[in-house]
Amino acid sequence: MNDLSLSPHATVDRLGSGLTLDQVQIAVGGRTLIALSATIASGATMTVMGPSGSGKSSLLGFVAGTLPGVFACSGRVLLDGRDLLGLLPEQRRVGILFQDDLLFPHLSVGGNLAFALPAEIRGRALRRATCIAALARAGLDGYVDRDPATLSGGQRARVALLRVLLSQPRALLLDEPFSKLDASLRASFRSFVFAEARRHKLPTIMVTHDPADAEAAGGQRVELS
Amino acid sequence: MALRFAPIVTLALMIGPVLAGLIGTLLPAFGYMPVLGRSEVSLLAWRELFATPGLGRSIVVSLAVGFATTILSCAIVVLIAAASHGTRAFALIRRSLSPILAVPHVAVAVGLAFVIAPSGLLFRIWSTYLGGPARPPDLLIVNDNWGLALMAGLLLKEVPFLFLIVLSALPQADADRSMAVARSLGYAPIAGWLKVVLPRVYPQIRLPILAVLAYGLSVVDVALVLGPTTPPTLPVQILKWLNDPDLALRFRASAGAVLQLALVAAAIISWLLAERLVTRFAMPWLEAGRRTTANLLLRSMSYGLSTIIIVFVSTAFVAIVLWSFAEAWRYPNPLPVAFTFDTWRNESTRAATLLANSLLTALCATAIALILVIACLEKEIRYGRTNSEAAALWLLYVPLLVPQIAFLLGMQVLLITLKLDETFFALVIAHLVFVLPYVFLSLADPWRSYDARYRQVALSLGASPWRALLAVRLPMLLRACLAAGAIGVAVSIGQYLATQLVAGARWPSITTEAVSASSGGNRRTLALYAVLQTLVPLTGFIAATVVPSLLFRNRRGMGSA
Repeated sequence: MNDLSLSPHATVDRLGSGLTLDQVQIAVGGRTLIALSATIASGATMTVMGPSGSGKSSLLGFVAGTLPGVFACSGRVLLDGRDLLGLLPEQRRVGILFQDDLLFPHLSVGGNLAFALPAEIRGRALRRATCIAALARAGLDGYVDRDPATLSGGQRARVALLRVLLSQPRALLLDEPFSKLDASLRASFRSFVFAEARRHKLPTIMVTHDPADAEAAGGQRVELS
Repeated sequence: MALRFAPIVTLALMIGPVLAGLIGTLLPAFGYMPVLGRSEVSLLAWRELFATPGLGRSIVVSLAVGFATTILSCAIVVLIAAASHGTRAFALIRRSLSPILAVPHVAVAVGLAFVIAPSGLLFRIWSTYLGGPARPPDLLIVNDNWGLALMAGLLLKEVPFLFLIVLSALPQADADRSMAVARSLGYAPIAGWLKVVLPRVYPQIRLPILAVLAYGLSVVDVALVLGPTTPPTLPVQILKWLNDPDLALRFRASAGAVLQLALVAAAIISWLLAERLVTRFAMPWLEAGRRTTANLLLRSMSYGLSTIIIVFVSTAFVAIVLWSFAEAWRYPNPLPVAFTFDTWRNESTRAATLLANSLLTALCATAIALILVIACLEKEIRYGRTNSEAAALWLLYVPLLVPQIAFLLGMQVLLITLKLDETFFALVIAHLVFVLPYVFLSLADPWRSYDARYRQVALSLGASPWRALLAVRLPMLLRACLAAGAIGVAVSIGQYLATQLVAGARWPSITTEAVSASSGGNRRTLALYAVLQTLVPLTGFIAATVVPSLLFRNRRGMGSA
């Protein structure tokens, strides 16, 4: 299967694309957690490191639009020239991967992927074929009807990534996505994630504790205190 | 946007009828009742009330039953929980006590009467196998003057209720780790539980305990089956006045209902004061460093008490089933000589109507309650919980603390004024008052502990908030929703006063029929309605476990949590 089946937008080169954080400030209870400006080019990754409680995950919540109202925020977030802040989370097209795979336990593997697939891809057969093709790319042939609970941790992690990619995001957020995998799985899944992010030209923000993650990602680093 | 109003609408539906009903009770108590053509304020009703012979005794017995039931059930539950914590018996006790929660009070009461009455199972066994007399002894066991049978009937229901409340409070009290610390400091299991777990569990079970106290003081249906008759407990006496053809007695009934409300309020205040006293005396004991209690003795007592409760409830169930199929069953035969379907056949038409009434009411009230509760909880997820909403949590207990007779009496007056009495609409609204709190309390915990990141994932994948609710959260919480629904149905099926006073003539239910049959002479019909009363909620609970298991049989991640 070619790349188009995964994400029709991915191979189109977008001029002036990327994710821009413009004077972003996040405060809670009068304490400023984050004050940051940065530009992340398409396919590049910015790594955010810092101790727990430093507001790493709040930054991701701010970009994704799911930050609770107790946080006081200012600044702009531009994705491919679009200001995200006025948009609802579901309109932002910002995919997020957590340290848990969070596959929906009531749906099959294929059901989880189809949930993410945009409604514009019509017809049961085409949607199913798209999911099967995506699984094949990730070395998960024949897994479409499986119960996610019967998959190994590494397989579930890959399905979770496929689910994000199939929703055709324009940016990717990684919230310590490798921290719960064993050492052997971690390296291979990490390179899979970064390869896919680059292939889909997704500007990516990764939050992590692990310096090895930052090294593998390349790109700019931000240390929070 | 409509979601934002969900908490207000829900509160209005739950508290509104209670407040309106209280006003409808208060006015006639002081002589104001335009429907009966009286609108001058007077204290006549109060003078009549206090002149009632036996009123003092009615009050004393009500208070005794309320306090004795509450203190005993608390003591038994604490004993069972303390002695079985962390043992293998714990799961066994939990599994055998929880089905009792589904059985309506009236069915337990009827069954208990069949077991302990002079012509009941116990005396039959005594006469047949243990050399007892060949005729039933001439004893007043059921309907005894001190309400002992009534207390026993209430205990059988309140112990399982409070035990499960304690169970659900244990994780928040960090019970397992606290116990591990206490044990490592050298405390024996029961002493450790009483000293480190109970003080943290108690604040969480205070409201349910007060609900048990209020219920014991003002219960009507169980008291009609098991309670004293000359004079009856105060709430039953009020109902008698209310049912009297002499309409003038309604004023006395209203004054009685206000007195009932005052009694419950006073009882709750005394309980809270007693709490302080106990705390003051308990603190030195907590810090005295004694590490042992009579562990073996208390543990045996706790297993003994749980066994007695389980045996009594199961025997009661066997007794009602036997009676509903019994043909000839003379004393002292421990079993019927012959069985027959006659009772079921003869009663089938009427039973089908009553069952349909009960089910229709229960399903409507529960469906409305589920929609409102889900709307409230989803509002909380989307827009956050305001401080006033968090503070309003105790309002959930208002319908469980205010005596039913005190506001249902007034609600009946209002409904008659509005020409809404005996309507299905009013019936569902009345049931909703009692169904809502239970549905909310049972669904709120699983809803709030649901991993919020599933919603974030669904939204970031482009799903709308409604799709995140309908396609992700609700299916994942199906088990919890159905369990809450089953509790709602059980609560509605068990309502006696809320049916009898609001629409008892046009919408009689299996519960109103069971209560009225208990004062008639036909044990077989009474048994039949008690069996139906037990089966409907049990079926609901079984369906609530089986349906999700079938639907998600190929999803291991959806196993019973």
